[in-house]
Amino acid sequence: MSFYIVQFLTGLASAASLFLVASGLSIIFGVTRIVNFAHGAFYMLGAYVAFTLTERLSGTLGFWGGIVGAALIVALIGVIVEMVLLRRIYRSPELFQLLATFGLTLMVEDLVVLIWGPDDLLGRRAPGLRGAIDFFGQAVPTYDILLIVLGPVVLGLLWLLFRRTRWGVLVRAATQDRDMVAALGVNQKWLFTSVFALGVFLAALGGALQIPRDAVNHTMDLRIIVDVFVVVVIGGLGSITGAFVAAVLVSELNAFGILIFPKISIILVFLVMAVVLVVRPWGLFGKPEAAARQTPGLSVRPWRPLSSNERLAFIGALIIAAALPLLGSNYALIVGAEIAIFVIFAASLHFLMSVGGLASFGHAAYFGLGTYGVAFLAKFLGLPMIVCLLIGPLLGLLGAMLFGWFAVQLSGVYFAMLTLAFAQIVWSIAFQWVEVTGGDNGILGVWPAAFVATPARFYWLALFVTALSVIVLRVLVFSPFGYSLRATRDSALRSEAIGLNSKRIQWTAFVIAGTFAGIAGALFAYLKGSVFPDNAGIALSVDSLVMVLLGGVETVSGAVIGAIVYKALSIWLVSYTELSKLVLGGMIVLIVVAFPKGIAGTFGNLVDSGRLPFFKRALPRASQAEGAE
Amino acid sequence: MKLSVSALNSYYGPAHILFDVGLEVDAGEVVALLGRNGAGKSTTFRSIVGLVARRDGQIVFEGTDVSKSPTHAIVRGGLGYVPEERRIFTDLTVEENLEVGRQPARPGAPQWSKDKLFTLFPNLAEMRNRPGGRMSGGEQQMLTIARTLMGNPSLVLLDEPSEGLSPKIVEQMAHAILTMKKEGLSILVSEQNLHFARLISDRTYIIERGRICYSGTMTELESRPDIRDAHLAV
Ligand SMILES: Nc1ncnc2c1ncn2[C@@H]1O[C@H](COP(=O)(O)OP(=O)(O)O)[C@@H](O)[C@H]1O
Ligand SMILES: [Mg+2]
Repeated sequence: MSFYIVQFLTGLASAASLFLVASGLSIIFGVTRIVNFAHGAFYMLGAYVAFTLTERLSGTLGFWGGIVGAALIVALIGVIVEMVLLRRIYRSPELFQLLATFGLTLMVEDLVVLIWGPDDLLGRRAPGLRGAIDFFGQAVPTYDILLIVLGPVVLGLLWLLFRRTRWGVLVRAATQDRDMVAALGVNQKWLFTSVFALGVFLAALGGALQIPRDAVNHTMDLRIIVDVFVVVVIGGLGSITGAFVAAVLVSELNAFGILIFPKISIILVFLVMAVVLVVRPWGLFGKPEAAARQTPGLSVRPWRPLSSNERLAFIGALIIAAALPLLGSNYALIVGAEIAIFVIFAASLHFLMSVGGLASFGHAAYFGLGTYGVAFLAKFLGLPMIVCLLIGPLLGLLGAMLFGWFAVQLSGVYFAMLTLAFAQIVWSIAFQWVEVTGGDNGILGVWPAAFVATPARFYWLALFVTALSVIVLRVLVFSPFGYSLRATRDSALRSEAIGLNSKRIQWTAFVIAGTFAGIAGALFAYLKGSVFPDNAGIALSVDSLVMVLLGGVETVSGAVIGAIVYKALSIWLVSYTELSKLVLGGMIVLIVVAFPKGIAGTFGNLVDSGRLPFFKRALPRASQAEGAE
Repeated sequence: MKLSVSALNSYYGPAHILFDVGLEVDAGEVVALLGRNGAGKSTTFRSIVGLVARRDGQIVFEGTDVSKSPTHAIVRGGLGYVPEERRIFTDLTVEENLEVGRQPARPGAPQWSKDKLFTLFPNLAEMRNRPGGRMSGGEQQMLTIARTLMGNPSLVLLDEPSEGLSPKIVEQMAHAILTMKKEGLSILVSEQNLHFARLISDRTYIIERGRICYSGTMTELESRPDIRDAHLAV
């Protein structure tokens, strides 16, 4: 019995940091309407800075001064970030805000390694709290007791801050109607900045408080952000009480999940999250969002099928691409095949995101499932390659059916957070279920059949499947289903009114996108000859988002161009610099701030302005003309 | 001159809404901006306080051109705005709503405290701790005016204060506005309700399709039923 109580106390202690970070995220979202993806990065920075400060300062005062000092320093960094970056994107679509703050996260990861090195750092223990209290024969660290008390104390302090101070009243008012607050003479800029500073302070404090418990390293940002997203999805974004209750719930589920499903403890959290979403889609303490803001894909120049000149250009490009084996080296062919695979992957996300208006932050889940699908069939059943390629992607389809059903119940930032959490679940299963997936060692020896064993032949296969996939997806965009999907994107309400079942349409789109991602994954497994958990990792999910963004979210063909440019660039980048995340993150931020239309969007503007006469569109006939409306 | 607007043009996206609107309010005056639904009254007010993204023209408030200033700065200068949609903070209590509006006292403008406002609007005094979301329309209308007065403005823009209120509340509202005038406040009020406007205002402008088409004293308008019938729904 006492064992379970101790387990419970450990869970409560873990909940403290989780609550601090999640409440910070919620407070920032409440006022600025930005889901700050970089919150995990601030948490991590808090831990690193606290590590350095507590090493330098001695004594009890030095230790606690170091913890609070670290949170203050990071909050100051937050202020700079808010003033330099966020102020430029408060009016941008949600997707861009998520991406910009994610780009920031990537940059911080490389900077942290640059400053503190790649190895785990073991921080100082809290003076006077190094021991443990004996609890019916079980030891409970004193420091954990402190954390257990700290959680409710912070909750109480926040309550007082928001109820009893003028600043708190202004923040609550701005959460509801920020323009009206300005119309009463309050300078929103400083309100936003101070709110952001508070949120970042809480995140950094959460990180700093972890150093006596856990090693500090450069992957803690993504680990915490996924947990935090789960917490706010369960507790309700914007609610501090919700953050507290859900942080406790998730921490306890983790603490006890280990006992029930030692291998895949995350399953338990997932089950609870699923139940909450079905019963209360806006979280336990959340409120339904008022009308979600515009999703990308709205202010589009009308989409239309390709003109005959453009078809010629497409076929021409395909012929040139098919001729690559005559010129290129084997290395070029392998790179070419990889790029082709990523074109499918990007196009599948584009279908969901630009056509369906659903920006998934976890699209790699279905790519990863495709790779494992193939690996299982090939290794366990010994099936031939063609069969594996045909059946393997079905694992992506099944995953998309399951997760997609939950995901389409939500929209906007909730959708983004949820899809990310799902992808992390897939990753965790691949990582933890060692007996089946091989864990971190992956599954090796997934080789292509003899008839495509040379790089040139495999390249042709990849190119063929890619061309086919892109054409199918494009035909779908202009099919009746595509029109319905765009109708739900542009106005769920209106499309319901004309008799469309928008959830079912979005679910179908999710499954289609997941299946094509699975196809890309299946090819990828054969290209690499092996399969790893990172095939479903966050980095890959973000790659796909950046490819679509770079090409231009609001265009039909941007994903293809974006994938080619991005993939070529990143392969080149990784071979030339150690700091690829820094460059990539900087690039994402730059695209969002300075170049939000992407390559194809900018190209389209050139065509419209008449500077590229070859692609000039014929006057749309009635059957072709159709706007976003 | 308290407020002087000239050559004001406003746009929502590509739609041109206001065309060379000009109007003036003298210190201590109550001026009515009359016009049918959709004529451009609310847009005029929103343009004056900088809540319309694209506008040009001159807006001179107490001798300073504020047409380039951000909303909060205009309001801080003493120009209060009461929106037509009321926009009460529904999660906040009556007292907290008033707190959001609070600004330092301003020389030359009437000063308001919570207690003074509770005398002006006795209904509010009985529900200090009630959330804004659980109030009737009339109570919300009083709260939104009281909230703006907490900023101690020297001029307020009241956008259709009588809209949707019962005759009894309209009467209270007229009484409150006259008290505000007596305190020395200048008021620009928009109305469709001519009877209500007649009770409270000295002068009037009529706006139609984004253009000012008539200006004169209230008494002059009374003697021109032709104008009234042409531009106002009676
Ligand atoms: N947010 C808006 N976006 C686009 N058009 C608007 C918006 N608000 C008002 N309009 C249009 O501007 C015109 C003037 O509206 P408004 O100023 O609200 O009139 P009033 O307050 O006199 O009823 C109307 O034609 C209305 O349709
Ligand atoms: Mg109006």
